[in-house]
Amino acid sequence: MRDLKIISRRDALRGIALAATALSTATLAAPRSAVADTAAAANQPSTFTIANGLQVVVIPDHRTPTVTQMIWYKVGSADETAGKSGLAHFLEHLMFKGTAKHPAGEFSQSVVRVGGNENAFTSFDYTGYYQNVPRDKLALMMDFESDRMTGLILKDENVLPERDVVLEEYNMRVANSPDARLTEQVMAALYLNHPYGRPVIGWRSEIEQLNREQALDFYRRHYAPNNATLVVAGDITAEDLRPMVEATYGKIAPQPSIPAKRIRPQEPPPAGPRTVTLADPRAEQPNLRRLYLVPSAATAAAGESEALEVLAQLMGGGINAYLFRALAVDQKIAVSANAWYQGTALDPTQFGIAASPKPGVSFETIEEAIDKVIAGVKQAPVPAEDLESAKTQLIAESVYARDSQSTMARWYGAAITVGLTVADIQSWPDRIRAVTAAQVSDAARKWLDKKRSATGYLIKEAPSREEKRS
Amino acid sequence: MSHLKNIVGTLTLGVALLAFGQAPAQAAAKIQRVTSPGGIEAWLVQDATVPLVAMQFAFRGGSAQDPANKPGVAQLMADNLDEGAGDLDSNAYHERLERRAIQMNFNVTRDHIRGSLRMLKNNRDEAFDLLRLALTAPRFDTEPLERVRAQTMSILRRESVTPGSIAGNKFFAAGFSNHPYAHAPRGTLDSVPTITADDLRAYRQKVFARDGLTVAVVGDIDATTLGQLLDKTFGALSAKGDLAPVPEVTLATGDSRVFVPLDVPQTNILFGGPSIKRDDPDFMTAYIVNHIIGGGSLSSRLYHEVREKRGLVYSVSTSLWWMDKTSIFLGNTATRADRANETIERITAELKRIAGEGPTQQELDEAKSYLKGSQMVALDSSTKFAGALLQYQIDKLGIDYLDRRPAIIDAVTLDDAKRVARKIWSHPLLTVSVGRPPAEAATPKPIKN
Repeated sequence: MRDLKIISRRDALRGIALAATALSTATLAAPRSAVADTAAAANQPSTFTIANGLQVVVIPDHRTPTVTQMIWYKVGSADETAGKSGLAHFLEHLMFKGTAKHPAGEFSQSVVRVGGNENAFTSFDYTGYYQNVPRDKLALMMDFESDRMTGLILKDENVLPERDVVLEEYNMRVANSPDARLTEQVMAALYLNHPYGRPVIGWRSEIEQLNREQALDFYRRHYAPNNATLVVAGDITAEDLRPMVEATYGKIAPQPSIPAKRIRPQEPPPAGPRTVTLADPRAEQPNLRRLYLVPSAATAAAGESEALEVLAQLMGGGINAYLFRALAVDQKIAVSANAWYQGTALDPTQFGIAASPKPGVSFETIEEAIDKVIAGVKQAPVPAEDLESAKTQLIAESVYARDSQSTMARWYGAAITVGLTVADIQSWPDRIRAVTAAQVSDAARKWLDKKRSATGYLIKEAPSREEKRS
Repeated sequence: MSHLKNIVGTLTLGVALLAFGQAPAQAAAKIQRVTSPGGIEAWLVQDATVPLVAMQFAFRGGSAQDPANKPGVAQLMADNLDEGAGDLDSNAYHERLERRAIQMNFNVTRDHIRGSLRMLKNNRDEAFDLLRLALTAPRFDTEPLERVRAQTMSILRRESVTPGSIAGNKFFAAGFSNHPYAHAPRGTLDSVPTITADDLRAYRQKVFARDGLTVAVVGDIDATTLGQLLDKTFGALSAKGDLAPVPEVTLATGDSRVFVPLDVPQTNILFGGPSIKRDDPDFMTAYIVNHIIGGGSLSSRLYHEVREKRGLVYSVSTSLWWMDKTSIFLGNTATRADRANETIERITAELKRIAGEGPTQQELDEAKSYLKGSQMVALDSSTKFAGALLQYQIDKLGIDYLDRRPAIIDAVTLDDAKRVARKIWSHPLLTVSVGRPPAEAATPKPIKN
């Protein structure tokens, strides 16, 4: 058993990290017949780009007559103008308010009528929208989705109640959760200059000021076919899909003013460790969260991102992982301990460590134990058995992913949106397999340097009538 | 960041909520009933597209079988099953799982201990053998037991200040007082420290038995192989369980509003009342009406009235929960404290409206269309498909249920919907809210970021 709260967060991150994950599973799968191999080749994900710059990824899965359409825009919270944090996410909500052709509610009702489901998501680097529907409704969904790429109409009567909805979402996700508030603080401390330091949902005082004009301006600036990736997974082939794309998205003019590469303010060389202590009357379980500034799959030198993936698995992948074993099993000072690497990001990203001390155990004791685990990995190559087990688990996740068309769509979409290619994704298992023990130690030595870190401590504060600044 | 609500999530409750409509005909046709040489039954869908096998299984029992003075035994036992078995201590057991990336999970509902096993095809025998060990020879060694107990206490401490968890616990405690359904499966800060390894052994002995076992498998495995593995894995369990009788119970509402003060910016609200049982002929009608009121979509009445029109909440939804000995409908929302009463009034008014007038013909038609189409979409992974097949068996719906379901939906008339809406949603509500008292909320505090 693991700490559900922490692990579920870690798994969520892993899901994104695995966006750099792939398909080729030859060494894991049983030998197949020639016929099966041909079928398997036809079912490989593939990609093409149409004239207006829209990249399309097709992920065939013919087990059920359903498809997932997922459109990814290369714009996220890290592309917002300072002072307007939360705008990318606010626009995501407003994208459900209708167009000239399809008034508010029509798109959603069409999804429901056919038994489908839909949703949308926003992160630092991307904003996405998807529908999961019976195969014969794909053309209809493409018609709706391409229409709202440029046809959105916003009225204050829709925009203002939706801002209240977003503030309630903020209350639910952040204000009501001491652990989420800690994460906000540590991210802000880690990033001195890069917009990753701002929360995706925004700072509350800035969300309250967002309005219709800002949302429309942001929409017009970023939503265009040459700034998007369309992923379609399920009972479809590239051959069948292409004319459908041409007939819908193909009609939209590109926006040449959108730069091909996103340039954001970068971090100065880290000069020293930072710490932040957050006191919350509801923090019944103290918590420690440390983030290191490390390269992402998009910025790392060859092999480095893969070594960080393996390192995170060795340190944080379950009950036998080094951190849990040292802190929870051997020393019995923590109830949970784990590590993760957020590889799928456009800019330098985070390697994270979290631990929840047992009652009465100091953060100092916890950090000493964490540092000892890290020193161990730095000093000596990890045992071959451990390395093998970590790699096997990572590679297996790429096979398990194939069991769900929406998981596949998310992994491919996220990876491509931060600049990776379909080939990068497909060769991921091979690159993981090639990681050596020396590379893992090197990665730990180079990147798990305290100077590159920010550490947050969540402590309990006695309830009080007075509000404190935090 | 999701646009829609998080579905309940705060409650650890009794029943999986399955919202399946029409089945893909080919999938329904492929469901096989496998009976092992030793007489253990499973439903199987053989599919070699992805080289993996997903199994879902359940033992009748659950937290309702916890000793009366020790809530939390079932959960603590389930959480210790992968912490060492047979000759393998916790460390060795986990190494065996991890080396082959075998995924094994257990969870506890009020009526069942559920398990899930997923493996790459090549690791099939090892995976089933490790499961056999966990079910038949768990060790419950002191080191892992104390470690897992400390984790459980940590979770309980967190939940004690989490509004959604408090609301869920309070709702069941108030609605089912003195019944085994009243307590949360995880137990309490008082009860968990008192649970011993012998309690876990006794619980395992009475609940893990072949007569309470249900199994569903989807993936790259054939019926003969599965039959052999069923015998190897479950064959050594005792033939009959030793379950304490659990009485039928109806959720007590008394039109009462329960308020729990907690200093949080957002008030969590649960509301609900008694519903009808899974085997009631009107069940599908109730399911359709619930979908219209607050089922998981962007076009339910509550979503429209409470979120879209008024911006009161981020999430609002309702569900039907059916358990062995009761059935309820349950709604869930959250809003700022100074508008909590307004939100409750608005929801109550909407429920009264549908109880009085029923849905419109158009709403009924659209809901039926959704429920028929949603099946295919819902069954798009092996694990989800196996989960659905497990639930159909538990609900005794028959192996041809996927074929029959569209006709059951089509048969529901507007008069049926009006009658059932009146029957269920005119009942007084039990409402539990957790947050700042409305008087204090009237003068909002400075907001922290």
